[in-house]
Amino acid sequence: MMFLRYAVYRFFTMLLTLFVVSIMVFAIINLPPGDYLSNQIAELRATGQAEGVAKAEFLRTEYALDRPIWEQYLIWAGFSSGPNGFSGLLQGDFGWSFEFDRPVSEIVGDALWLTVLVNLAAVLFVYMIALPLGVLAAAKSETWVDYTAGFIGYLGLATPNFLLALILFYYGHKYFDLPIGGLMNPIYEGEPMSWPKVKSILLHLIIPTFVIGTAGAAAMMQRLRANMLDELSKPYVETAKAKGMAPARLLAKYPLRMAFNPFVADIGNLLPAMVSGSVLVSVVLGLQTIGPFLLAALKSQDQFLAAFILMFVALLTLIGTMISDLLLVLLDPRIRYGARGG
Amino acid sequence: MRTLLDIDGLTIGFGAGEPVVRDVSFTVGAGETVALVGESGSGKTLTCRSVLRILPEAAQLREGTISYAGKDGTVDLLSLSERKMRSIRGDRISMIFQEPMRSLSPLHRLGHQVAEVLRLHRSIGPTEAKRRVLEKFEKVGFVDPARAYASYPFEMSGGMRQRAMIAMAMIAQPEVMIADEPTTALDVTTQAQVLGLMRDLQAETGMAMILVTHDLGVVANMAQKVVVMNKGRVMERGTAEQVLGSPAHGYTEKLFAAAPKIPNVAEPPRISTNTGDDVILDLRDITKSFTMRAGGWRKPTVITACRDVNLKVLRGKTLAVVGESGSGKTTCARVALGAEKPDPGGEVLFHPSTDATPLPVHAMTNAQRLQFQRQAQMVFQDPYSSLSPRMRVMEALCEPMQIHQIGNPAERREKAAAMLEWVGLNPNMLQRYPHAFSGGQRQRLSIARALTLDPRLLICDEPTSALDVSVQDQILTLLEEIRDRADLSYLFISHDLAVVARIADEVAVMRAGVIVEQAPPAQLFHNPRHPYTKALIAAQPKPDISRPIDLALVARGAGSPTTWPEMFRFDGPDAPALRTLEPGHMVRCHA
Repeated sequence: MMFLRYAVYRFFTMLLTLFVVSIMVFAIINLPPGDYLSNQIAELRATGQAEGVAKAEFLRTEYALDRPIWEQYLIWAGFSSGPNGFSGLLQGDFGWSFEFDRPVSEIVGDALWLTVLVNLAAVLFVYMIALPLGVLAAAKSETWVDYTAGFIGYLGLATPNFLLALILFYYGHKYFDLPIGGLMNPIYEGEPMSWPKVKSILLHLIIPTFVIGTAGAAAMMQRLRANMLDELSKPYVETAKAKGMAPARLLAKYPLRMAFNPFVADIGNLLPAMVSGSVLVSVVLGLQTIGPFLLAALKSQDQFLAAFILMFVALLTLIGTMISDLLLVLLDPRIRYGARGG
Repeated sequence: MRTLLDIDGLTIGFGAGEPVVRDVSFTVGAGETVALVGESGSGKTLTCRSVLRILPEAAQLREGTISYAGKDGTVDLLSLSERKMRSIRGDRISMIFQEPMRSLSPLHRLGHQVAEVLRLHRSIGPTEAKRRVLEKFEKVGFVDPARAYASYPFEMSGGMRQRAMIAMAMIAQPEVMIADEPTTALDVTTQAQVLGLMRDLQAETGMAMILVTHDLGVVANMAQKVVVMNKGRVMERGTAEQVLGSPAHGYTEKLFAAAPKIPNVAEPPRISTNTGDDVILDLRDITKSFTMRAGGWRKPTVITACRDVNLKVLRGKTLAVVGESGSGKTTCARVALGAEKPDPGGEVLFHPSTDATPLPVHAMTNAQRLQFQRQAQMVFQDPYSSLSPRMRVMEALCEPMQIHQIGNPAERREKAAAMLEWVGLNPNMLQRYPHAFSGGQRQRLSIARALTLDPRLLICDEPTSALDVSVQDQILTLLEEIRDRADLSYLFISHDLAVVARIADEVAVMRAGVIVEQAPPAQLFHNPRHPYTKALIAAQPKPDISRPIDLALVARGAGSPTTWPEMFRFDGPDAPALRTLEPGHMVRCHA
């Protein structure tokens, strides 16, 4: 019951945060002088293409870019009525991309869920690698196991992602016949979901997951190892030993459970780091995620596209932190009961 | 008596260094209690842990045997396979640790942690395990075993956690229980009750006990045999009557001399010209409540840490505030120093000199505050964390003078050197870092630092409770010397009546946020009137086997105020007023 109340409370704070984030995103995007359309109009005037100017002027009024900035925000977010009535984020209208000359929803449609897919795969990969390696490194600290795990970890941290991507592409293709580039075989693009398409996507996922995940996994492993070492020296571990518990079971039941908190709390941080960290990788690997779109949109001041992508990443982050907060409450009775001691 | 454990020639060392435990031998008979006594660094903890072989990884068992004559024949615990050792741990030989706060996992329910022992060593189902745990919980004094079973450790007080630890150590009915300072982290009345419980359970089950402690009073109440250790060696070994009655070794005698005691005969009060109207610090009607806001979806709760406290520190004298954890004594000290603001209606007045106008501590101008900070200094409990490890002694001592812009660098250095001499340290230690000093020396350093500004008032918050008894004795002597030499006044906060008995001119006993009794030590200790004061005095373990703790007396006063005899009883904020029973002796009771 208590948990449900907390979940509802947490959900509403998330909505509130999202609202604040939307204001900031909009403000920051509009910070540089000019906008896509006025830049274009200036350019068209300079080259004397009058019909283009007319279209741009039309878009300007159509998307209310001629109004004061706060009114633009209200219309974009869907709080107030624009030239076309209420049609903003709240109503599910994400706006128009001037650069691609298509609605934002059409451009990012596929990329959205592919981004989620790639990053979820990477997060899972991070946890699957970091958990056993971190625990092992702590349990066997200062032995060859620890040193090897540490070495692999540092290697993962120190190698530039795109370099790793290129190397893996070469050898993956040479020895395992893994596909190069993209997130699916081009013949499936735009096709409805089918079994061969899923297979193709999964095959294409292997290398991106590995590339995006290694650095995160290495960092996470080091953190887990440090946390575990802290916990291993706590008196309750000694108590468990004095009970006659076997080492492996003891490790999993007591210190790991304690060291898990920061691990869980990281879910929220991991998502945005991966989205922004994977932009370069996506460009190099030719992944159809939103990363490359974001880059293009920011470069050309394509404001609705950029704003939407930023809002989407913010939403992912907020959902991630909400999940980790709720998990922490479930996992740790001290947080659940709001106790200060322990 | 059958010998259960025979520890012979035990030698333990770290790395290539000299051994830290040397040639330690003693035996434990079935059903008897052996006390391992010593100060920190004596090797007593390593010795008891080597029985279960749960030593730090770097420790090497160099020599010796520990033969254990259990039900299934005699084995040498030091050469037993790890697998067989595990079946002995928790089952045949179990252990209780010092810190009940940290020795239980905060994430698992108490019942579960105790039942785990049975699940590890007995092939019984969860329902049967739970039944046995509930039975044990009732034995160790949980009023509602089912609730305790489902509780997490942080929902329990220290005493209750230690009871759960005891239940855990006894659930498998071991033949030997090792208790490593089991009551050191507990309040004195709780300590008395936990010791009583351990003794009762031992008598009932007939198990043997190795009790590791630094407190000779605890030894006198619990042990049949005593092993005194110092610097890794056994100094003296014998029955409790022998060792406590007529100690043969000089070290044991030293321990006895240093142990703080509540005096048997009333000492004459210190001669003083101050007759009672020359007040340096005046706490008037201090109430302090805290509002706890745990999270956005919970209701805030108001906790009253102390209520209606009126205290006067006389110039040149020592006022001690005594109480157990949660009594409100530390809050009082923090309010007195201006670190916390009292609730409206209360005020603290500081009189810099006899005729000066008093300063209101919580409504001072910046200039007044600077003056107050110079004249009122604090000595903290933990000498390890109250000195910055990155500052040389010289910098630590000169910093207060720099802040208050006193003297030039040369004069400051001179003052720092002089203060070091005052506290019994050598001025050539000025260039060292704090880590080069022992606990007692560090506490001397913090006293020296407090003295560099020539304060008039020192607030000492448990200044000796982190120290060994022999060191505690020296620090108390030092504080007395300095008080007389510099004509200082002390507000002395402590949980230890014996420490207070020695240094105080006036004692206020606090419980549940209010002062329950206040008097000069002679009256307070020889004619205590309040049941809680009586319980505190009775609970103090005396190093004399003919004077065991009177548990009935402890039980009468140590409970919550609602359980006190009718004359003293109160519930929540409706405490009766402090009444003067005889000149200078006040007790909180109904008329």
